[in-house]
Amino acid sequence: MSQDAEKSTAKLSKVEKKLNLLKKRAHLIFRNIDCVKLFNRILKKTPDEILATITESGLRGRGGAGFPTGMKWKAALEAPGAVKYVICNADEGEPGTFKDRVILERQPDKIIVGMATCAYVTKATEGYIYMRGEYNFMSKEIKACCEKWNDLFEKKDFPFRVSLRLGSGAYICGEETALIESMSGNRGEPRLRPPFPVSEGFNDMPTVVNNVETLAYVTMIMDDGLDFFKSVAKDDSMGGKVFSVSGDAAIKGVFELPLGMTVQEFVDIFGDGDTKAVQVGGFSGLCVPRKHFATTIIGYRGVQTGGSMILYNSTRSMYLVLKNYLEFFQEESCGQCAPCRIGCQQLLLGIEAMRQGTRPLSHIDKLRELVNVMGVASKCKLGMSLANPFNSITEHFFEEICSKW
Amino acid sequence: MTKDDVAEVIKTHGTERTNLLPVLQDVAATHRFLTEEDLVRVARAFKISAAEVYSVASFYSLLETQPRGRFVIRVCRTISCSMSGKGNILTKLKEILGIDLGETTPDKRFSLLETNCMGWCAEGPSMLINDTVYSHLTPEKVVEIIKEYRER
Ligand SMILES: Cc1cc2nc3c(=O)[nH]c(=O)nc-3n(C[C@H](O)[C@H](O)[C@H](O)COP(=O)(O)O)c2cc1C
Ligand code: FES
Repeated sequence: MSQDAEKSTAKLSKVEKKLNLLKKRAHLIFRNIDCVKLFNRILKKTPDEILATITESGLRGRGGAGFPTGMKWKAALEAPGAVKYVICNADEGEPGTFKDRVILERQPDKIIVGMATCAYVTKATEGYIYMRGEYNFMSKEIKACCEKWNDLFEKKDFPFRVSLRLGSGAYICGEETALIESMSGNRGEPRLRPPFPVSEGFNDMPTVVNNVETLAYVTMIMDDGLDFFKSVAKDDSMGGKVFSVSGDAAIKGVFELPLGMTVQEFVDIFGDGDTKAVQVGGFSGLCVPRKHFATTIIGYRGVQTGGSMILYNSTRSMYLVLKNYLEFFQEESCGQCAPCRIGCQQLLLGIEAMRQGTRPLSHIDKLRELVNVMGVASKCKLGMSLANPFNSITEHFFEEICSKW
Repeated sequence: MTKDDVAEVIKTHGTERTNLLPVLQDVAATHRFLTEEDLVRVARAFKISAAEVYSVASFYSLLETQPRGRFVIRVCRTISCSMSGKGNILTKLKEILGIDLGETTPDKRFSLLETNCMGWCAEGPSMLINDTVYSHLTPEKVVEIIKEYRER
């Protein structure tokens, strides 16, 4: 073996060791447990006890927005309504995200137990898993899993039934009010919030919408207890997080890791040695350049993320990256509000024009103004959060946006 | 879908508004697209206007409202797949099918479309053929896959 090869093997095993340590520390979602036994144990507690546990755990939504789960459940419990609903958001459309697919494939029981726990606390009687149409290939298994649990709920006189609904190819339906519109048989156009779904959701009744991973964590908190969950994170973000790693990465795929790592720690493990930027949190998140790796924390104290991590190395043109993002948003904007509908188009045309030289470089100021206006004037978070990627990429990689490279 | 088939789908789901999407999804599943007659039949059953049904259907990219082939190919064009060689896949598909993006082969067997991230980013480039996912694609693999679909 040459010296170089020896060195690289040593490095690889060091990286692997580090990764294994982290994975061990946050090994919850993919650990096999007896969900039926756990469910029986859950029913022995009172709903109040469970709500207190979830609240104290500090669990926050894993779908991207990071809303405290206990608070959401409490609001739904206290909201008046003849019927209440629990919806599992399995629409997973954020580019670079595929962890919900893997959880659905490998741990569907944990998701349903999480939903049932929520129903027990909030007194909801109907549950829906809203899954993106592109995941139709696993419909049969998920439906069978719903049937299995419905039988058990009936046997136990537990007043809750769960069923599967499919999306049909619209990213915006991952936004909770658009999801509810879609389930209501309408175009998936977001509603104005407030009112929030917890008070007026599906059929205008109190509705909890939780991400797949959030619900699976609920189950694991019920199984392992609070202290374990709280001890997982590296800072006070609480718990683990399932990350989807893609792009120019040495290791790609789905990994459950503690929250609170720095981007540098992350890149040391997953990078290919030449990482120049990491898109944290999908296209609506931030693009972190190399010089900020060491100071950027991944978690609720730093950059929030639904778990999408896309790595770019120095061979990539950040112009093409940004263009790909804008093409995505232009297509997926629901078109309902003018700032987002027109803004997405104009941003794309704007960077193309600057690149071609038909607009001066100072045009970037106009585009930044536009994206910031979208941040306040758009109806939903799709248009609002476009400033995250747009400003971070154009600020840190401006020369690449204009050069012919 | 025949009139009876549509009626059957509507019967299994019911005609409350919340069932509109499941009905449209099932009706579209047979031909991979919704005909004008389909939309009118659904509208009558749900007692809403055909324009409204069309408005809903046309919002969703998987509910096609124009004629498509038996096998609809959707190649992911989003960044992770794009960086892992989506361009070569698309070029190969265009070459062997003899059609451009958005088109259908004359024998009505294949339609070629692009789609946004479909959740297989670590295994790109990826594509869907109807409901089936193909990942880790190479131009050679694409040739094999299409050959197999030609024989179906
Ligand atoms: C444009 C847009 C797309 C979204 N897509 C998803 C999604 O695919 N999955 C998801 O769980 N949440 C998504 N969300 C967040 C949801 O609106 C909602 O906050 C979340 O489902 C709540 O669950 P949690 O508190 O468990 O995270 C999206 C939000 C926006 C604005
Ligand atoms: S980028 Fe192609 S599947 Fe996500």
